[in-house]
Amino acid sequence: MSQIRVHNVWMEYGDQIVLETISLDIASGAFVSVVGPSGCGKSTFLRMILGQERPTRGIITLDGAALPAEPGPDRGVVFQRYSVFPHLNVLQNVLIAFEFAESPFTAKLFGAKRKAASEKAEALLEAVGLSEHAWKYPSALSGGQQQRLAIAQALAKEPKVLLLDEPFGALDPGTRAQMHALIKPLWRERGMTVIMVTHDLKEAFGLGTRLLAFDRPRIDPQAPERYGARIIYDLDLSRDGPVPVLGFSRPIETSTVSQETKRSMPHA
Amino acid sequence: MRRAINIVPGSGTRILLALLPFLLLACLYVVVSAERRAANPGDKLLPPIAEMATSIDRLATEPDRRSGDLTLWSDTAASLQRLLIGLGAAAAIGLVLGLTLGLLPVASAGLSPLVAVISMIPPMAILPVLFIVFGLGELSKVVLIVIGIAPFLVRDLAMTVAAIPSEQIVKAQTLGASTWQLMLRVALPQAMPRLIEALRLSLGPAFLFLISAEAIAAESGLGYRIFLVRRYLAMDVILPYVAWITLIAYVLDWLLARIARRGFPWAYVQETRR
Repeated sequence: MSQIRVHNVWMEYGDQIVLETISLDIASGAFVSVVGPSGCGKSTFLRMILGQERPTRGIITLDGAALPAEPGPDRGVVFQRYSVFPHLNVLQNVLIAFEFAESPFTAKLFGAKRKAASEKAEALLEAVGLSEHAWKYPSALSGGQQQRLAIAQALAKEPKVLLLDEPFGALDPGTRAQMHALIKPLWRERGMTVIMVTHDLKEAFGLGTRLLAFDRPRIDPQAPERYGARIIYDLDLSRDGPVPVLGFSRPIETSTVSQETKRSMPHA
Repeated sequence: MRRAINIVPGSGTRILLALLPFLLLACLYVVVSAERRAANPGDKLLPPIAEMATSIDRLATEPDRRSGDLTLWSDTAASLQRLLIGLGAAAAIGLVLGLTLGLLPVASAGLSPLVAVISMIPPMAILPVLFIVFGLGELSKVVLIVIGIAPFLVRDLAMTVAAIPSEQIVKAQTLGASTWQLMLRVALPQAMPRLIEALRLSLGPAFLFLISAEAIAAESGLGYRIFLVRRYLAMDVILPYVAWITLIAYVLDWLLARIARRGFPWAYVQETRR
């Protein structure tokens, strides 16, 4: 089980509101695509779920328990770049996940334990199609192979939630299609909840069971930083219709003049 | 006519070109030295190479009349011992503090300003303090080298560790790493090649502090010998000693470069591709 509940979350940096009134429930096992213009806070949203940043207001829970304020092994992540360790070869990059868990002091495994962990790591490399590159360093891999490695690494901890931050954004279209073909069965088999931030709408609709669009619905020209982004579209893509259904839409609530003034001029 | 920037020498030409300036300098020395000798047979400033060879042969093979040591080798051993202990201690301090400051925001907030201030103390200015506190023996010379280069190593490594992409640090946490494990398996290996590079850069300053300390108070050592025979204007000893020190520094630098490339091949991928 891995149900994520986001309740009235705000993210503010000083005076600037990045995200406001974000509330949603993500069902266990969903594949959520997050789209939106640059700088609208979708990566911030992902970092909050990752635990890298803490929301200014509101709470996020995972299976009913509040999220810890730091990254942990229950939430795996694949970034666009720098996701793998350059000083370890492909096998060691996956092996290290088992070493962290089983060897608290030296973080190194030897003998039979190492062999057992190696076998698990090799199985993961097999699953992402990197078996024959096990002894290469990441610098010798192509961009797509590096992302495969990052995915294998993330899967090693069998996370409840897998967070993808524009994971295929730097890849060419052919490689990207291969990565789509890789990630979808992995998600189905393992029953993880996946949240993927992307700029590619085709990717977002093609992979997701649900699509969130972030944007800033209001902009005050005098105080552009006073209105943050919200979820403006929340589409259910799981039904096999030709048109996505506005499954979870929520109207923007109206506000009074005094409320507006207070937000635009907080120090007045 | 090709542009000058596009003319690349082959490997044979490269060696020849590298040797040329050395040969020219040697020739120049021989000619000038011979000229001075012709004008004044008692000239001590630029002794002929044969004279230098005789002096060094005496220092390297004949036991000293007072101590019974072979002077060149006992000087070299004494200096190298001080230098290597100093470099080793500075590297250990640099690594431990650099990793701590680079990785832990609390440690960095508490100690970085202190390290920044300490690194600005001119080490030679506190040499008298070191002599008073640690005595005139080996310890004060080693401490001078450590004080001279450790702050640079600490700051350089802290910066290297802090520059590890935050993605990697977050990724390690999602793989279940504790702070200690992160330091040991993610930060330490990535800091090692930079530590060796920083040590290579520190060889010059390390020798500077070594020779200075030996010049002021010592009973053996390369710097001690140079400053001892200076009184007799013994250029036939000083010049070979300087060449010998230079050779030692060059070999140490080369060794460190080899160790880095052998031990951490992943850090030099860009280099081999070129």
